[in-house]
Amino acid sequence: MSTVASDVPAAATGGGSALDLARALILAPAGLDEPRLESALGTLLGHAVDYGDLYFQVRRAESWSLEDGAVKSAAHNIDQGVGVRAIAGERTGFAYSDELHAPALLEAAKAARAIAASGKGPEQGVRIAGTRPATALYAPLDPLGTLSADEKIRLLEAVDAEARRQDPRVTQVMVSLAAVQDAILIAASDGTLAGDVRPLVRLSVSVIVEHNGRREQGGSGGGGRVAYGYFLDEERALGYAREAVRQALVNLEAEEAPAGTMDVVLGPGWPGVLLHEAVGHGLEGDFNRKGTSAYSGRLGQKVASELCTIVDDATLADRRGSLSVDDEGTPGECTVLIEHGVLRNYMQDKQNARLMGMRPTGNARRESYAHLTMPRMTNTYMLPGAHDPAEIVASVERGLYAVNFGGGQVDITSGKFVFSASEAYLIENGRVTRPVKGATLIGNGPEAMKRVSMVGNDLKLDLGVGTCGKDGQSVPVGVGQPTLRLDGITVGGTKT
Amino acid sequence: MPDSQLSPASASLPATAPSALPERAELDRLVGMILDEARRLGATESEAAVSFSDGLSVSVRLGEVETLEYQRDRGLGVTVYFGRRKGSASTSDWREPALLETVRAACDIARYTAEDPWSGLADPARLARAPLPELDLHHPWALSAEQAIDIARDCEAAARGFDARISNSDGASVGRHESLVVYGNSNGFLGGYPSTRHSLSCSVIAADPQADGRMERDYWYTSDRDASRLEAPDAVGRRAAERVLRRLGARRIGTRTAPVLFVPELARGLVGHFLGAIRGGALYRKSSFLLDRAGTAVFPDFMQIHERPHLPRALGSAAFDGEGVATQDRDLVCDGVLQGYVLDSYSARRLGLETTGNAGGVHNVIVGSSAPAVGYDELLAAMGTGLVVTELMGHGVNAVTGDYSRGAAGFWVENGEPVHPVEEITIAGNLKTMFETLQMIGSDIDLRGNVRCGSMLLAPMTIAGA
Repeated sequence: MSTVASDVPAAATGGGSALDLARALILAPAGLDEPRLESALGTLLGHAVDYGDLYFQVRRAESWSLEDGAVKSAAHNIDQGVGVRAIAGERTGFAYSDELHAPALLEAAKAARAIAASGKGPEQGVRIAGTRPATALYAPLDPLGTLSADEKIRLLEAVDAEARRQDPRVTQVMVSLAAVQDAILIAASDGTLAGDVRPLVRLSVSVIVEHNGRREQGGSGGGGRVAYGYFLDEERALGYAREAVRQALVNLEAEEAPAGTMDVVLGPGWPGVLLHEAVGHGLEGDFNRKGTSAYSGRLGQKVASELCTIVDDATLADRRGSLSVDDEGTPGECTVLIEHGVLRNYMQDKQNARLMGMRPTGNARRESYAHLTMPRMTNTYMLPGAHDPAEIVASVERGLYAVNFGGGQVDITSGKFVFSASEAYLIENGRVTRPVKGATLIGNGPEAMKRVSMVGNDLKLDLGVGTCGKDGQSVPVGVGQPTLRLDGITVGGTKT
Repeated sequence: MPDSQLSPASASLPATAPSALPERAELDRLVGMILDEARRLGATESEAAVSFSDGLSVSVRLGEVETLEYQRDRGLGVTVYFGRRKGSASTSDWREPALLETVRAACDIARYTAEDPWSGLADPARLARAPLPELDLHHPWALSAEQAIDIARDCEAAARGFDARISNSDGASVGRHESLVVYGNSNGFLGGYPSTRHSLSCSVIAADPQADGRMERDYWYTSDRDASRLEAPDAVGRRAAERVLRRLGARRIGTRTAPVLFVPELARGLVGHFLGAIRGGALYRKSSFLLDRAGTAVFPDFMQIHERPHLPRALGSAAFDGEGVATQDRDLVCDGVLQGYVLDSYSARRLGLETTGNAGGVHNVIVGSSAPAVGYDELLAAMGTGLVVTELMGHGVNAVTGDYSRGAAGFWVENGEPVHPVEEITIAGNLKTMFETLQMIGSDIDLRGNVRCGSMLLAPMTIAGA
């Protein structure tokens, strides 16, 4: 496969560049400028409204998919609009328009401010300025144009060929390639004027293998806030193909998984979905402000074993979950959630931070202009510990070694979480032995994290395919962790 | 326990209202423009869908308004074919330059995609023709923000006032939603209709005074195309409260094998896995645990599953599918035997079959039993000792193998009587076997979704716990 140089503008340096580009992509074509935004914010602020913001978005996306060895379908999408939010205490009024011109903006602002007890208060003067230049964590590029259509098709075909080359038992290969350029601009009544241009690419491979009438699947993929060339570098895309086939072949040999409570060793990287479910969601500001999380009111308390230090980090360069600024214009941060087992911080947006007397942490996110902002995770991971991963496996007499997972889910209030292994092995007498079928693991967040008894020195982040759903809104996220041992977790196999 | 009966219409819910939708002719015109532009750019075939939706949703928490949200969405999508090459594009922008640009983007893509011998529009002979059945799907609700707030308040208040152990709330939400979708293609089909869907939900939290204030949450909802047929707000609130209270005192049980009863809203999920496995896409990719099973028994002989796309007012009703193909009543399972698959034109051609009018999904799947009707209590009695599952968590379902392993909560039952709530366990098995050895289905049908079924009693599954 030939590598393709990406003729991409250099990463934004210093403040304002992503904002300038967002202005050019969003405001200029709509005939909008800052005085008009200030006027709309003025309309939004009746005297009972204490915060308002305008969220402009122009989003371009494409996807290409291959099956039967050929790229037979592809799609292109453009979505644009403005969301208008008015907040009065704990109340939020929200309206949006898929038209970006000034009359639509005013209409949405009037609808949103109806939330306040008196929406007819005097209009207020608002001044906005881009005063908080954020460090750019990714280049404000347009990933869709970083390969030609022919090159995208050749990339998908090469991935298909690589998967089929691995083993004659591969019967189906499906590959998809997708890119988004998401340009946003936020103007808020607290004076914020921020912009961001967020690229995001993803390549996914899914294979079916068949042997003696038994069929199994395997999958892999990756991506980030980069150009398509990322998949050509270091043969990354071909690596996904090889990994998908490897997983599927392991599953062909898998036996019934054990059922019951046992010690579990989780591999590094994507198994960090444990932290996302068992810890992360429960530390989002909205649930804690309302007192509905199993972690509510527990700041400063021990909620995990002292081996656990867990952060939410929006500031990693080019990662899928990273944000130069969040969807309220607050610069992305690395927030320590749990430090040596002690709960230190929640993840906050402006509204929940204000209501709790805390500071926003750059975790305000929304799926689009047509959705309300909520506190959400970015890249959530556990810092490495002292143990050699081999030592951790060797410490378990009888248990499960789970290295790949599908998705997970959590009940914030009770703290119950599940996540489902897609590649797992038995550990017998300290050795990894036979592969077992995927099984769901279940636990209670604060209790399970106290059972982390060993943490490896091999921190890995996932490959960049995670999507988190909350209240019907999807946002890209990252997870990661070192190898770790959990004592006494319930494994939902079929073999008793 | 859940039952299927909708409460009588509440007097507090206002009746029909003027529509907030644009004229149908406006959407027809846009579809016409798209198809004309595609033809002008050389497409041999094309199809387009244009949609508009309007909504209001309000949530109230602890008696105070939490969010007031006005929704208005537009969409426009086109697929063009140049011979057997295909391209698609979509946008939210209805203005002419954007519309023309979108058609051009789809045509650009079709220059690069590979020939696909099975691609193309639906067979013209299968398209729906006038007169289309009257499905009674459009019941606009004259719901102002103030009225919505009052309804949500009443609903949440009924839940919070139900018992002193209701300690907190995630709030009650009311929504009205109205939409108009028009689909047309270059074979001359043009069809569309307005529809509505309204809902009311409530989610509350109970703290267990006997367990250090440990919290549980549960919810209830009602949904209908006609607001006058929603369950009354106080009934929804009370049901949410009952459901959360019955979870208090839950404990784990030891790892074992036992029969499992799925309540109707979860049994619907099992039917969903069945439908997913007989979908054309899963079959031609050989990624289904029910491959090549048409004509064979996949359920016991009491099982009957039908599709009824023309039920008036129903949530899944449609006169034509996503390709304009006329929908019709059909049998999916008779006496346990699989009668056919769920196909659109593309997957049907690949399998050498005819479309079943299921582009975009199924339309009102009705699950029934030819055995004498049994209610929920009789199912409990028949189970004797086992697990009632009232909540499932996670995605541990393998569509290729049918392997099933999910987190669960519910009740332990002995001698047909609930003994105590259960939490933090998993249930596991294989869907193929779970279907083949299904014991009984109940007459306690949940009407709220596109799949209508009662409780299902399954043969013993593996339960993992303490």
